[in-house]
Amino acid sequence: MAALATDFTLPLRDFELELALPVEGVVALVGPSGAGKSSALRVVAGLARPSRGRVALGDETWVDAERGVFLPPERRRVGLVFQEYALFPHLSVRGNVAFGAGGRPVGELLERFHVSHLAEARPRELSGGERQRVALARALARDPEVLLLDEPLSALDAHTKSAVRAELAEVLRGLDLPTLLVTHDYEDAAALADEVGVLVDGRLRQLSSPAELVARPRDAFVASFTGANLLHGRARRDGGPLTAVRLEGGEEVLSTDEAEGEVGVVVYPWEISVARAHAGAGDSALNVVRGEIGSVVEVANRVRVRIGPVTAEVTAASAARLELERGGTAYATFKATGTRLVPLTGS
Amino acid sequence: MRRTLAGALVFAATAVALAFLLFPIVAIFARVPPGRLVAQLSNPVVADALVVSLKTSAIAQALVLALGTPAAFVLATRRFPGRPLVVTLTELPLVLPPAVAGIGLIAAFGRFGLLGGTLSTLGIRLGLTQAAVVLAVAFVSSPLYLRQAIATFETVDPDVVAAARTLGAGPARTFFRVVLPLARGGLAAGAALSFARGLGEFGATIMFAGSLQGVTQTLPLAIYTEFAVDFDVTLAMSALLVVVSAALLVALKVTLQWQPSRPTSRFLFATSS
Repeated sequence: MAALATDFTLPLRDFELELALPVEGVVALVGPSGAGKSSALRVVAGLARPSRGRVALGDETWVDAERGVFLPPERRRVGLVFQEYALFPHLSVRGNVAFGAGGRPVGELLERFHVSHLAEARPRELSGGERQRVALARALARDPEVLLLDEPLSALDAHTKSAVRAELAEVLRGLDLPTLLVTHDYEDAAALADEVGVLVDGRLRQLSSPAELVARPRDAFVASFTGANLLHGRARRDGGPLTAVRLEGGEEVLSTDEAEGEVGVVVYPWEISVARAHAGAGDSALNVVRGEIGSVVEVANRVRVRIGPVTAEVTAASAARLELERGGTAYATFKATGTRLVPLTGS
Repeated sequence: MRRTLAGALVFAATAVALAFLLFPIVAIFARVPPGRLVAQLSNPVVADALVVSLKTSAIAQALVLALGTPAAFVLATRRFPGRPLVVTLTELPLVLPPAVAGIGLIAAFGRFGLLGGTLSTLGIRLGLTQAAVVLAVAFVSSPLYLRQAIATFETVDPDVVAAARTLGAGPARTFFRVVLPLARGGLAAGAALSFARGLGEFGATIMFAGSLQGVTQTLPLAIYTEFAVDFDVTLAMSALLVVVSAALLVALKVTLQWQPSRPTSRFLFATSS
């Protein structure tokens, strides 16, 4: 399996997209919409022409702007699954998949993606999940050496999304192709990819494994994008092992990270436990934030509860036991070791 | 009471408008019994005019399709400075008075026109030939096709076109296997419109090509000429044109009805942006 390597600049309307990225295994680019994610895929596919740099698969050069090399899309072995799937509306499912197969039979592919029974159906007759499977089968029919997925789950409703996500993760693992996917949803990225790159305004902020991204977010944006609480405050060293951060709301929280000056305190919802009464100052390294309960939202078998400036995630059972209701008062507690201090620049 | 009066007025206005539009057409068929209309078709003037009309319209239409389709595709998919101006200019022949179109053609291709000298050194004389009829018909009818074709190509999803490219199809295969099938309905509608317009062409043709029976005398020209001679023959030819035009109109509507998934193909105007 040859690796894909990109290092290019593409001028966009409001900024330049710069992407130096080796792609082995599954890499996800995440970021807010308009960050240049889809443009990155278009460059790799040959649908957009960068002003500078290279795109290469192994020792095969696809783009070399300085030498004027630009292979058209049809000469790159790349499978691109479009955000809205872009199936050919005038062709049957079989016709769609066969389009890029170069005359090879596609029965096996239809079988593999569980769409054999839909072979003669038109795309408009398919459900979202079925369309995605057809789009994937069509992209793979060409026997690509690189797979590109543009927001593979965003066209699906919440109900089918989790099932399709698991299915897609399974497929990607089995393919063993360098895969670049883009999504605005960090959870999708973490579920599908080995490596996640956070792209903001055309710049790659951080590239690491999903676990590393959560454990060591490089800046406040990365932290909040991965679902963390971000509290703004001012840090001062007091000589001890802990850093005290005076929050904007007046409270003080402690962290085991070292920092000085304006910082963002990062704490993930699952690091926070919730109580209705103050536990008392039993543990000096335990942070307590008191606040009004802003919202209580069930997500699967968990409950996300907003307490003052932070969101905590507790089990449905403990949410019921604590009788959490909007408007009540609660205490969010989290350990100093459960916090990260990150620079606020670039948030 | 006032509401019923208003309702009656609206009803009356509708009735008058519809009657006004239909009455002249009905009158063509009412004056002469159908049997005599059909008999007039063997009149040499009518037969010649029909042949000239069909032949020149068909050739003009073939030219319009062959040159207009790629032109429309380029104008629909490429963005370049001055594009709105170019699109508007292609629509200009539509709104020109036919006599002005005729003068324009004479000034360009006539014996003393801009290209007249070049054409005559090449041994080409357009005056009073069917080639001149074809040029006049193509000049006034092609904008209708162009406009519809541009609008149709603009509705083809660029992602679908890009998908074809990433699936290994070059630009030509992408055009013939994806773009053209998706645009088929809209292009057919445009072709029907421009064919109907070409068939009825009068002003530019009579000025640029003349009205020579069996050579340049199309049905509309023959109707004008025979008007002073034999009104029944005129009626027969008019009836013929009504039938052909109505058939084209019905074919057009059916074609558009068959494209329910792309209602945008009903647009008869290209966007100028």
